[in-house]
Amino acid sequence: METPTSIEQVQDAVRRAQVVRVRGGGSKPALSADATLDLSGLRGVVDYDPSELTLVALAGTRVAEIQQLLGEHGQYLPFDPPLAGSGATLGGTVASGLSGPGRFRYGGLRDFVLGVRLVNGQGSLIRGGGKVVKSVAGFELAKLMVGSLGRYGVLVEVAFKVFPGPEATATLRVDCDNLATALDAMISLAAAPLDLMCLELEPPRRLWVRIGGRSESLRRRAERVGRLARRSGKVDEASGPEEAEWWQAYGEFAWVPEAYGLVKIPIGSRQIPRLESCIARWEPQPVRRYGIAGNVVWLAWPPELAPSRLEDALAALGRRALALRGRWPRRMLGPAPKDVFSARLLQVFDPAGRFRRSAGETTD
Amino acid sequence: MLNDFQQALARIYPRQRVLFGRAELATYQCDGLTAYQVKPAAVVLPESGREVIDTVRLCYRYQVPFVARGSGTSLSGASVPVEGGLVIALNRLNRILRYDRAERVAVVEPGVTNWEVSERAAADGFYFAPDPSSGPVCTIGGNVALNSGGAHCLKYGMTANHVLGIRAVLPDGQVVQLGGDSLESCGADVTGMFVGSEGLFGIALEITVRLLPRPEAYRTVMAAYRSLAAGGEGVARVVAAGLLPGAMEIMDRLAIQAAEAAVGAGYPADAEAVLIVELEGPQEEVEAEHPRLVRVLEESGAVAIEVARDEAARQKIWKGRKSAFSAVGRLSPDYLVQDGVVPRTRLGEALAEIQRLSQRCGIRVANVFHAGDGNLHPLILYDGREPGALERAERLAGEILRLCIRLGGSITGEHGVGLEKRQFLQEMFGPDDIRFMGQIRRAVDPLALANRGKVLAEDGIHEAVAAGTA
Repeated sequence: METPTSIEQVQDAVRRAQVVRVRGGGSKPALSADATLDLSGLRGVVDYDPSELTLVALAGTRVAEIQQLLGEHGQYLPFDPPLAGSGATLGGTVASGLSGPGRFRYGGLRDFVLGVRLVNGQGSLIRGGGKVVKSVAGFELAKLMVGSLGRYGVLVEVAFKVFPGPEATATLRVDCDNLATALDAMISLAAAPLDLMCLELEPPRRLWVRIGGRSESLRRRAERVGRLARRSGKVDEASGPEEAEWWQAYGEFAWVPEAYGLVKIPIGSRQIPRLESCIARWEPQPVRRYGIAGNVVWLAWPPELAPSRLEDALAALGRRALALRGRWPRRMLGPAPKDVFSARLLQVFDPAGRFRRSAGETTD
Repeated sequence: MLNDFQQALARIYPRQRVLFGRAELATYQCDGLTAYQVKPAAVVLPESGREVIDTVRLCYRYQVPFVARGSGTSLSGASVPVEGGLVIALNRLNRILRYDRAERVAVVEPGVTNWEVSERAAADGFYFAPDPSSGPVCTIGGNVALNSGGAHCLKYGMTANHVLGIRAVLPDGQVVQLGGDSLESCGADVTGMFVGSEGLFGIALEITVRLLPRPEAYRTVMAAYRSLAAGGEGVARVVAAGLLPGAMEIMDRLAIQAAEAAVGAGYPADAEAVLIVELEGPQEEVEAEHPRLVRVLEESGAVAIEVARDEAARQKIWKGRKSAFSAVGRLSPDYLVQDGVVPRTRLGEALAEIQRLSQRCGIRVANVFHAGDGNLHPLILYDGREPGALERAERLAGEILRLCIRLGGSITGEHGVGLEKRQFLQEMFGPDDIRFMGQIRRAVDPLALANRGKVLAEDGIHEAVAAGTA
């Protein structure tokens, strides 16, 4: 394993190697187990001026370090990167395209990446985007890097937009009668102009609703959300340090049982009942959470359950999944559509196929 | 006498939807940047995605360059035709194919206008967030191509942030589905890569957009300053106070006077700068933030502060800003609208330098800008009847763009590179970056058929003709 500490060393490593598989902090082992290039030494903040609301850092910088720095200035990464406590790096977070529950309020990772520098398959250092909050000059290479799993190049530097953080937060736990009631409540809450931070469904019938903002208005906002939620179920409220700790643990996937795998599946809320009835037939059942008002499911996979079950379910739903933990045949599961656009881009980003994971692999 | 290509077009389209005549083509020879005018060989008016695909395949077979066009509101010349090429005018592809209240997404054809999307969603309290000032007429297809912005980009992002999926025809006629209908995704964000490619990657046929709940409450404050730098300082203080307004806009003295003369928005006539800040969000939250905002602005050295007490007062404050571009038109027979970005903390410096350049060249410049994003819109006034006036105005515009690059910003915040800024793209990025963009372009479109000559200078097998006067 090579461990470059400068961009030049990354370029050099790419030029010399036939196969380049990058890892950052190793917090998503299914994506980094067979890595050849460890980027965790390419770290450090390049540029941060709080009044600019932008931050530029090298890709191997730990997310936790950035969160602490931003926190000192009352700011945060609104896409709420998961696994910060497990050593996730900025580059790994971008490459795997992961956002956390807090993404509900202002948007996900793709909405906060402003610019990148990457080393392409020929070892050239390429810049895309900028470090100002608004720029449309040139192709959107920064967006392409989101979720790209190192397939288009080695990400070496990222510029983010950052926001002022909430002064205070509170969480409502809503226990509904059944899945249908919980889904209805989730859809109504998501549609209302309440500016919720998080809206997560713990199946079959529990919602976790988080609000954040000014301390002087939080009480009234929580009461209002509570009034709405009480139409659908029993409401309990939490605030204070325990509340923040609970979300932190949630973002570390502390709810995933020991030895279980973990996959992420983008989904729509309409498909949740179907997936739930599918899962009801499996034994043992995966533990799961539906995030971002039903736009993603995090599925904790029991080691005894055959991975083929997931492939079948994905084919039925017409969705793909990203493996984060556990043993899986590929990093991306489910039906892979033919995508000539990506294939053409790859001819330019990686003509020699250095970033390919396996011989047969095309775009994942 | 029609050539083979024209005859093949006539087999796809009925007579009234394929235009060859000089007079008919004249309508399509320029866009919002009227200095560039090129007559296309023909214009087609498809009414279905199928017709667009067939047309692109025909262009590929005959190697005819094509330009997709919506309402032609581009301010960078992005939809100017190519000499001898085809214009594919997409306004008739104007159906909303899916509207999903529960999942808050819509799938629309490219000819649907920006406002029509929000109108469709209004009954459920939703809207489409990108709000370019041409919103009532500009199309989603154009918004996707140019990654359009507006006054709310600091908080809500650009068009790319609101597009989840795209069904597109590539320049050789192959059809691809990029992204999907979920806020989340797996794999590289090729949808985000397609948005803002200014038509160089092909034509979007169906666009999946996300819709947001419309904010419940607004609080709008206008603050007047004795200098532009003080106005810039006001913006910095708002951000430093941890506030995240939906919009922050600044106008300078010339723009203020023009707006006052045009609509009487009630801005102090002797102010050097007017800053408009608008908070939006849940009722309780804006009520809590509003006193903080007023306090911050009072402490920032504002000489006058006006708080909109009701919706009518809010609209009055905005009326001046929204009319500024047309109002400036009353000061001068012609003007160029520039679009550059500087880091927000360097706004004051940028504006002082623009003033200096303006005085040195003896050309009046009115400034209207999205201060929250550092997005400048200098309006450079000139008289097109004066020989050389346009060229002098363009030279000044170029100096302003170089200033933006020097300060670490961008040559375009929302108008795109188009024809106008190809040269400056090369100054903003390094030679490796530019070469790489060219390689990407050729991999996707080896014949450079799709919107040839835009964005990348080396692409310019054909050069558009600057017509001299607007």
